[in-house]
Amino acid sequence: MADSAVEQGAEAGGAGMPQLDFSTFPNQIFWLLVTLIVIYFVLSRVALPRIAGILAERKGTITNDIAAAEELKLKAQEAEQAYDKALADARAEAQRIVAEAKAEIQTELDAEIARADARIAEKTAESEAAIAEIRASAMDSVQAVAKDTAKEIVAALGGKADARSVTSAVTAAMKGDA
Amino acid sequence: MADDAAAQGDGGGLVFHPLDQFEIKALFGGDAIHWYTPTNVTMWMALAVLCVIGLLVLGTSKRSIVPGRTQSVAELAYGFVYKMVEDVTGKDGIRYFPYIFTLFLFILFSNFLGLLPLSFTTTSHIAVTAVLAMAVFLTVTILGFVKNGASFLSLFWVSSAPLALRPILAVIEIISYFVRPVSHSIRLAGNMMAGHAVIKVFAGFAQVLAIAPIAIIAVAAIYGLEVLVSFIQAYVFTILTCVYLKDALHPHH
Repeated sequence: MADSAVEQGAEAGGAGMPQLDFSTFPNQIFWLLVTLIVIYFVLSRVALPRIAGILAERKGTITNDIAAAEELKLKAQEAEQAYDKALADARAEAQRIVAEAKAEIQTELDAEIARADARIAEKTAESEAAIAEIRASAMDSVQAVAKDTAKEIVAALGGKADARSVTSAVTAAMKGDA
Repeated sequence: MADDAAAQGDGGGLVFHPLDQFEIKALFGGDAIHWYTPTNVTMWMALAVLCVIGLLVLGTSKRSIVPGRTQSVAELAYGFVYKMVEDVTGKDGIRYFPYIFTLFLFILFSNFLGLLPLSFTTTSHIAVTAVLAMAVFLTVTILGFVKNGASFLSLFWVSSAPLALRPILAVIEIISYFVRPVSHSIRLAGNMMAGHAVIKVFAGFAQVLAIAPIAIIAVAAIYGLEVLVSFIQAYVFTILTCVYLKDALHPHH
């Protein structure tokens, strides 16, 4: 290093810059070029293609995953729609069955009511007939009782009354009442 | 270094050797430094290469879809510079991405390795940064003429300016164009050298007991600043390369 003029000057002056020692320039430049070329080849041959590959692969994976997620989402939506449809169908079916059952019950009920009405009417007619019979028989009994009573009363009063006149009188009186 | 300084400074007063760290020495002895001599430059550049390989080749060897730490950093660096090239130079600048990434990684690792105690900072040497800058300058200039022919010269002819001003602007543009490699290289070397020299000066002050605590705190503080500067200078060098490349690919204002 002593052969360098700059270095000598630096030592003499107390402040010299090794940066300005031109004798070392070829050495630095040579090694710099070697270094740059090595780095360049390492990068362009190995590192950069690899990193670009990793990034592309990751991007692809992410895109695929997103697509898969999208697909699953669609499937889920489809499933939900199918479920909703099934639910609506079941509801409609249930309503239909309810309506059917109601109609059936209604017809049965109507028939039953009609039958009951008929029976009631029958019973009413029967009862009315019975009442009429009873009333008629009662009327006869009343007439007979009235005749007998009238005869007894006439006899008790000391009169003699033939059966025919008493009967006609009672009948006339009862008709007048009626 | 401190021992040296103390030994030499026994005559009284402080003796600083802030620039000793930049000396280039042959690794295996001998005074003569030929162009092929393995020197500390060789060693620290080789270490930078090993760091690049370690981060970008070994770090990504697993090729995992979900990256580990090292692979994350490698991908981050890749994405950072890739996006820078794409944003600044446009899609057609992507072709030059490996070249720009090479520059970025070399400068970044050289800067960071230079921050290790007792290390040697290759990027603090103007010879190194000048070669880097001239390589960019020549590449960009040749590329500009190859891609655009003579119309590359329209870079210097500001068509948006008033006609009378254009010749003057052209002169300014041409001067600024040729100053680019100078500023490009001196910015990097100057930042690296100045920071390291300042750290060394403060370390020299640490020999004096009275101000040693302040000096040591200052060293720590400047070291932190230098970590930042190391990254920023690599970033600045790279983004300026991208800007120059954009000028070459799209010279029309």
